[in-house]
Amino acid sequence: MMGKLLSEGPEWTFELIERYDREIARIAANYGLDTYPNQIEVISAEQMMDAYSAVGMPVNYHHWSFGKEFLGVERRYKRGQMGLAYEIVINSDPCIAYLMEENNMTMQALVIAHAAYGHNSFFKGNYLFQTWTSADAIIDYLLFARNYITECEQRYGVEEVELLLDSCHALMNYGVDRYKRPSQLSAEQERRRQKERAEYRQSQVNDLWRTLPTRDVAESAQDEKHFPDEPQENLLYFIEKNAPLLKPWQREIVRIVRKVAQYFYPQRQTQVMNEGWATFWHYTILNTLYDEGLVNDGFIIEFLKSHTNVVAQPSFDSKFYSGINPYALGFAMMSDLRRICEQPTDEDRHWFPDIAGSDWIKTLDFAMRNFKDESFIAQYLSPKLIREFKLFSVLDDDVQDNLEVSAIHDERGYRYIRQALADQYNLGSREPDIQVYNVNRRGDRSLTLRHTQYGRRPLAESADEVIKHVARLWGFTVRLEAVGEDDKVEITHECEIEA
Amino acid sequence: MTQVIDRRLNGRNKSAVNRQRFIRRFKAQIKRAVADAVSGRSIVDIDNGEKIDIPDRDMSEPVFRHGSGGRHEGVHPGNTDFVTGDKIKRPEGAAGGQGGKASDSGEGDDDFAFQLSREEFLELFFEDLELPDLVKTQLAKMVDFNSVRAGHTSEGVPTNINVIRSLRGALARRIALRGPHMKRLREVNDELTALQPPPVDDEEESSPHRLELEEEVIHLRQRIKSIPFIDTFDLRYNNRIKQPKPTTQAVMFCLMDVSGSMDEERKDIAKRFFILLYLFLTRNYERIEVVFIRHHTSAKEVGEEEFFHSRETGGTVVSSALKLMHEVIRERYPLSEWNIYAAQASDGDNWGDDSSTCRDLLLNKILPYLQYFAYVEITPDTHQSLWQEYQRVAEACRHFAMQQLEGPADIYPVFRELFRKRVA
Repeated sequence: MMGKLLSEGPEWTFELIERYDREIARIAANYGLDTYPNQIEVISAEQMMDAYSAVGMPVNYHHWSFGKEFLGVERRYKRGQMGLAYEIVINSDPCIAYLMEENNMTMQALVIAHAAYGHNSFFKGNYLFQTWTSADAIIDYLLFARNYITECEQRYGVEEVELLLDSCHALMNYGVDRYKRPSQLSAEQERRRQKERAEYRQSQVNDLWRTLPTRDVAESAQDEKHFPDEPQENLLYFIEKNAPLLKPWQREIVRIVRKVAQYFYPQRQTQVMNEGWATFWHYTILNTLYDEGLVNDGFIIEFLKSHTNVVAQPSFDSKFYSGINPYALGFAMMSDLRRICEQPTDEDRHWFPDIAGSDWIKTLDFAMRNFKDESFIAQYLSPKLIREFKLFSVLDDDVQDNLEVSAIHDERGYRYIRQALADQYNLGSREPDIQVYNVNRRGDRSLTLRHTQYGRRPLAESADEVIKHVARLWGFTVRLEAVGEDDKVEITHECEIEA
Repeated sequence: MTQVIDRRLNGRNKSAVNRQRFIRRFKAQIKRAVADAVSGRSIVDIDNGEKIDIPDRDMSEPVFRHGSGGRHEGVHPGNTDFVTGDKIKRPEGAAGGQGGKASDSGEGDDDFAFQLSREEFLELFFEDLELPDLVKTQLAKMVDFNSVRAGHTSEGVPTNINVIRSLRGALARRIALRGPHMKRLREVNDELTALQPPPVDDEEESSPHRLELEEEVIHLRQRIKSIPFIDTFDLRYNNRIKQPKPTTQAVMFCLMDVSGSMDEERKDIAKRFFILLYLFLTRNYERIEVVFIRHHTSAKEVGEEEFFHSRETGGTVVSSALKLMHEVIRERYPLSEWNIYAAQASDGDNWGDDSSTCRDLLLNKILPYLQYFAYVEITPDTHQSLWQEYQRVAEACRHFAMQQLEGPADIYPVFRELFRKRVA
């Protein structure tokens, strides 16, 4: 037994990391995890903060907001208000995972299992990532983006580019195709086509705004029609293609921000699943290491200590409560799935007839590949977990004086709570639904956005500022109208620009 | 499959550019904070970084979000005693949700605080200020030399002999010159031992060859011995060359009137002005000395503490301070080594006809030595004779500046005015 131990003390060395990695890779393969090749990079805490503030990307363009992020992280870290997350992993091929040099061997092994095998296999397997991102091209694309933006800064001034980026960032969440399948990113093509595209785009825009004399009634009737024909959900895309005054390089930058937003879109939709999956696998893999006698008691106790911290879920009335911890929920759900497969109860057979008693590895793999948070919760949150978490839902309606507890963890409430929780992870309801509704092509060229209200929820004050950013990009007056549940339309925000 | 890479030696400051961008972006707010910070500091710790608070709203990155109101449902963990249908009072001020959900921007309402490094702090503080005549000084003052090492030479004075180098050279030379002789010597010795040992008693019977060889041994030994242990050729000297040394030290004279008419408040204003000047100089010089001269009817050089805090009564003779300053310069601060600055603070009072003496002193004895002389008059009243005389000095000399201060709020603008960048 003793001879098999991979390491004794807490110190890590490159040799040890490689040895652990070999073992973890072997176990992961036994469990059927399919991963991109790994690139494990050892970095210092400072570099970790750098990586943090560049939204985790190894290359990114320069912008003050990243500097602000860095200062914030640095301050909180120095005050001890936060530990640095022990891992950052990048959805790329090879998959880049960072290890911090300050960590001991146990933590390094934990991070390797969590990031380099857990997240990695999720990136490679989940349908959202497969559809929306191309792991082999992202680094190249970001490099292209940074060089392009730097070039623009030199040519047009830092200030000018910064203002444009500010405006784009304000709309970043509205720069994604939610329903349409995107074209793949490729830096090579980007470079080749970028110039071509710029010219083409400009010509299209000119075409759109060309003022032709009205020839007959039919044509003017045509003009009365909406432009765009259908409301457009991707604001940045619409602006990139149609904003009348943007110069080609500005369109390109809008495109860059849009592409980056698109790249991160799947991550925002799979927080619970992604973290749950990675946490489940580091837990399973490291325990297997222990079972095989490759690590000692000290190792596993230390691992369990940090694991328990990660998956802790404070109650709603705790001062540490800040919403549901995606690690906790995700890990619990993944473990619960395994339990349902291996030791189903009657309740499980009733709720999950198709998976109770099935092969857990296959079931988990299926769940990982084919869902996002919303559907994953709607599909797999079991009554047992609802009881364990003691979940309850609260209805907050501003026409009522009081909040109302709409369901708790009892027989009547399971389905209700499951649906409410799934809905909470639905980006469609979490973010206001705002789409391009109309462009006044004949008159003042104003742009009208339409906010379809969800549960009568109004926009936060920040909308005033955002509208100004939209107007800056559009170049003419921008209006935002809200459609309530009763289909009444009223203009809520407006930023006028003299045409 | 897996590649492990050590990136720890890669650049640490990847975010430096973004940090600069951030500071550039919020320059206006940061500068305001810097100005506030200066008024709150004492001369001792002025030279640090500064914690900067910027109101969060000034630097938010707006996005479309749901505001409070409307109807929405939240799921929370940890229910203990609620049952379906319970009514709960809406928590104060958090109608948009419960607990931490309310702040989905990820940041609280607090100000955004961060630490400005010392360099950044001073940079911002002294932006668009110019040290008067600094450039001229540096060019003109290159008279001082530093002697620095510059390798070795084969010529020099005995005191500069580098023993190690010289002996090493000698050793090498000896080995090189000895080489062929030593080789021959070994051969001859080998040959000798190869021959029959000589008969003990009869010398004549030694073979001629043997004698020849023995003679050669003696000859070779002499040759080897005659190689000198050290030769002038071996000597190496430490080489020193002279490098012009720009003067990077400055002395700052603080002159202040401490007569009865200067109350604590005025002294405080003067102090802040001196702090600013001191700070400003630290930006440009490696080493700075400060000389405090206070005066009423007679002048005295004192320490900082006494300078700012002791009180005197009586009249005022400004020229006494100027005389003392002149003496101090002559005794301790040779022009070749020091850049000299002076700042004088007074309430404008002066003894009768002393003002014209001051003017003469300044013009003839002091100003020719100085880089800059700044005079501030702390008074809300009309000017007296000193101001008028000084005005004449200012007309004659470009590096003499004067301004009037009325209250603490004036200090910074006046300081900036005094040292503002002059467009050539």
